[in-house]
Amino acid sequence: MIELDEVDKAILDIIQVGFPLTHRPFDELGRRLDISGEEAISRVKRLKAAGAIRRIGPIIDMKKLGGSSTLIAMNTPSERVNEVAAIINEYSEVSHNYLRPNKYNIWFTISASSKERLDQILREIRDKTGCECLNLPVVKMFKLGVRFDI
Amino acid sequence: MDAIDRKLLKLTQDGIPLVPEPFVAIASSLGITEGEVLKRISKLLEEGVIRRFAASIGHRAIGITANAMCAWKVPNERVRRVGEIIANFDEVTHCYERSCHPEWKYNIFAMVHGRTKKDCEETVKRISKAIAIYDHKVLFSEREFKKTGVRIE
Repeated sequence: MIELDEVDKAILDIIQVGFPLTHRPFDELGRRLDISGEEAISRVKRLKAAGAIRRIGPIIDMKKLGGSSTLIAMNTPSERVNEVAAIINEYSEVSHNYLRPNKYNIWFTISASSKERLDQILREIRDKTGCECLNLPVVKMFKLGVRFDI
Repeated sequence: MDAIDRKLLKLTQDGIPLVPEPFVAIASSLGITEGEVLKRISKLLEEGVIRRFAASIGHRAIGITANAMCAWKVPNERVRRVGEIIANFDEVTHCYERSCHPEWKYNIFAMVHGRTKKDCEETVKRISKAIAIYDHKVLFSEREFKKTGVRIE
């Protein structure tokens, strides 16, 4: 775990909501925090290297691009968890994949460019793993904030 | 969205370069001006194709290590109000109604984050009380196999 000082926390809090879309964004970030642009960039690099920042970029809404997403809960024998997770992870359309303590122990999300592609991936994963899958697509979204209290 | 927008998304979805003028670097790989890059990003934001142009936080690295996927069994007629109440909790980052299944009858999902499991459990208790529904599942993540965010091909 990385130690964060107040400036680091302020940087994360700003850029998790929106990165400045300007010619010299780190100068802009520095201006808001009363530090130099050089310091802003070196702090962001350190935060990235430590894993506190995964990436700075667009958070894409696949639905707006005609795509389709779902959450799958999979019932996997415990001794096959690693093998099955590796099969699932091969698909670049799989965006999240977690082990959770339940009869349905592998939970992953798929975001594909179309409903057809989504169904194809799901069919392939079912065939390759032989595991029981529950398909739990979103009916209604109430919150997609992902703003952490840092 | 045109072919250049698509290229722009593909070029930036794994992270922009951490250099003083990142959009200049992106513009030159696309063969357009920096001004056009910024204009296109703003347009994609307006259209909602991009939800945010922002940093994805590695919450584990900053000490938010407990992450619970929680789901409550909510009667259809209460779904809307319950979803709104749960979404209002700061500790909840995502909240959705999802399809039910004979094997899984918990229809309202929320991701609850905290510094410890105990923090998450306390939050779940407060949520259950707020919605007056106690039939729920709390599934902590034991391992992260993958977290890349949504990508286009």
